Amino acid sequence: MGLLEAIIISVIAASTPLLLAAAGELVVERSGVLNLGTEGMMIMGAACGFAGCWLTGSTFIGALCGIAAGCALSLVFAALTLGLAVNQVAAGLALTILGVGLSGLIGAGFVGEKITPAPHLYLPVLTGLPFIGKILFGQDGFVYFSVALVIGIWWFLYRTRAGLVLRAVGDSHTSAHALGYPVLKIRLLAVLFGGGCAGLGGAFLPLAYTPFFIPGMTAGRGWIALALVVFSSWMPGRLAAGAYLFGAVTIMQLHAQAFGLGIPSQLMTALPYLATVIVLVLISRARGSAGSVAPASLGIVFVPDR
Amino acid sequence: MVNAVPVSEPSARAPLLQAIAMTKRYGTFAANDSIDLDLYAGEIHALLGENGAGKSTLVKTMYGLIQPTSGELRWMGEKLELTGPSDARSQGIAMVFQHFSLFDNLTVAENVALGLDGVESFAAMSARLAQVSRDYGLPLDPNREVWRLSVGERQRIEIVRALMQNPKLLILDEPTAVLTPQEADQLFTVLFRLKSEGRALLYISHKLDEVKRLCDTATILRGGKKISTCDPRKETAASLARMMVGAEIGEVKATGARATTIPRLLIQDLSLTPDDPHGVHLKNISIEVKGGEILGIAGVAGNGQDELFAALSGERLAPREGNIVIDSNAAGGLSVTARRKLGAAFVPEERLGHGTAPRMKLSENALLTGHAASHMVKHGFVDKPKTLETVDKTTKTFDVRKAKRDPEAVSLSGGNLQKFIVGREILREPGVLVVSQPTWGVDAGAAAVIRQALLDLSSRGSAVLVISQDLDELAEIADRIAVMFHGHLSPPVAAHEATREKLGLLMGGASAEADAREASHAIGA
Repeated sequence: MGLLEAIIISVIAASTPLLLAAAGELVVERSGVLNLGTEGMMIMGAACGFAGCWLTGSTFIGALCGIAAGCALSLVFAALTLGLAVNQVAAGLALTILGVGLSGLIGAGFVGEKITPAPHLYLPVLTGLPFIGKILFGQDGFVYFSVALVIGIWWFLYRTRAGLVLRAVGDSHTSAHALGYPVLKIRLLAVLFGGGCAGLGGAFLPLAYTPFFIPGMTAGRGWIALALVVFSSWMPGRLAAGAYLFGAVTIMQLHAQAFGLGIPSQLMTALPYLATVIVLVLISRARGSAGSVAPASLGIVFVPDR
Repeated sequence: MVNAVPVSEPSARAPLLQAIAMTKRYGTFAANDSIDLDLYAGEIHALLGENGAGKSTLVKTMYGLIQPTSGELRWMGEKLELTGPSDARSQGIAMVFQHFSLFDNLTVAENVALGLDGVESFAAMSARLAQVSRDYGLPLDPNREVWRLSVGERQRIEIVRALMQNPKLLILDEPTAVLTPQEADQLFTVLFRLKSEGRALLYISHKLDEVKRLCDTATILRGGKKISTCDPRKETAASLARMMVGAEIGEVKATGARATTIPRLLIQDLSLTPDDPHGVHLKNISIEVKGGEILGIAGVAGNGQDELFAALSGERLAPREGNIVIDSNAAGGLSVTARRKLGAAFVPEERLGHGTAPRMKLSENALLTGHAASHMVKHGFVDKPKTLETVDKTTKTFDVRKAKRDPEAVSLSGGNLQKFIVGREILREPGVLVVSQPTWGVDAGAAAVIRQALLDLSSRGSAVLVISQDLDELAEIADRIAVMFHGHLSPPVAAHEATREKLGLLMGGASAEADAREASHAIGA
């Protein structure tokens, strides 16, 4: 296996959890809700995903456990922000703190345990193809699902009526309410979807990336996912580009450090963040103001008058 | 101006929609208190009332947005239960909202699709949209995003969206509040056509001359109760106003000699790029306001008035010091506070959030604009008694009605808060006052108090600049009127020469040279 091929494969692996969590958050924010609890939902997904897999021996059940954990935590957020009209920023931050603590508790018994990592696809001829074989036809299920998810979200948002309604709710919840759309119900579904995606993104880490669980193993990926959503101007295509760019620079700087370049390692570690921010800012500037605006109702609490 | 429309005889026919004893309570407060209303096909029915009289609550109930506490709706004689707007739409009830129910970042076609119940394909809907908008002479480009459109065009979307439901009853909540006179005339043509097609229209408005011209029947609400149902064409504007307010409204009069001498506020060749991508560029604006004069700036909202206000108040700095001159001091680069120290005062359009901090007490809000040029701060400490004194003085002079001595700003009604904000600035005796939409959404009584205060201030020698969409208001108080359009400011015309037609054309973008010709043409047509 050539170096480039190895790099690309590791880039995809590094990008996938970000892509999953950020895609979910994109849908949430498009509906006008700002859920800053992504990090908490991811780490809960990681802990519960690992637990599910360790107990049953099935990666698939582990992934389902991760999704369920993310959904459950997002339900807490929904109850607070949609049901009780609590400030979304505060509730989201609290959710992260809750998730980090709870995952440590759940995962405590599993630290040091090992599972079989998620199986990779194997197609007799195709996977054996030089260079592209392993990249295109030798990934695990998470990777294929994340790509399908982003395409599916794009199609949903721009090609279906339900997606139009979701965007409308995020643009003006008062108008949507005046036209008779159930704003809170739509937002609840979006929040649950986002929670499930974040949980799955978190579950990817112990189920496929490293075959064991350590507390705090998401290491700020939830925050990166949030930033990606903003810098991608809430557009699925740019979101995917941003996620893979971030993964690429993360891997590249590791290789660069291994080569022993005379750059402080701290600076190299910061590089993915800098590069992603700079590139996405440049993209959104180049596209002009049109179409790069945030959902107008983002983060604003809605209480219907009846 | 009564149009020749055959007088219908409602009593001979059965009503299309009957509202019987509609009541809506929020806690102990009755927004609607046992209101009866009959609407007939082929009739335009006006719903009149002050702010808070319960008009919007009533029509929202009829559209299924609000569930009534008690009372009954009958639709063509049968009991009608509405659980939501889609129920109302399926019966043939459509509504055009006062604050448009549009989505700025979506296209016209998407906005229309969201107002329908989605049984037809998007392509079929787009085709029908083009058809309906052509039929009624309401041209729209389906693929443009709403934020790119003018207010008049936005309203067209609302109306076309309602018409695409082929409604039997169309409810319009203050549709002309934001239109130029010409745009309003175009709207009336459409409304008359809808009426002749046998549809019922329920028309909410503040503008009594419009109601007299357009409507067959009028129902007047006051304090959530129905006061009367009458034929508006047989009433005078004054008698209608009396029923709405429940008292005579004092006439606003200028007092004292109005010396127009030295320019106290000078804007010189001001051009400014907006911060906001959806904002308006100001282009070479030059005008002067003399002491003892009120200058009115008319124009449809969103033509640069907000940007001009921000540049005058110092929320945005002008590119050059000399762009703005306050009492012979170049002020273009000065902060808001520095401009206040020069004797200027500013009243923004938005009462809550811009004019006041909603959750802060009135005394604190008084301090926020008054700290620079008054005695409310001593050695860096707030003099609380002095701030309360300011509140008391404003309350007394401007008849601000409130529940306690120093409540939070948000607890005041719109009219009372506006009286407080305008009063707070006027009591400082500013040499220059810039005020935006001084009586927007304020009831007639409070509006008269505010206008009188502005006139009195100018007669004491101050320069007053009033930005307003309300042409009647400007005609009442302004000495000269200029019009903003797409960031340009027209040369001012003397108020007595400024006819509605002339201003309306300027508001729609006609150049000053062409306006006389076009005005005569418009009247002839």
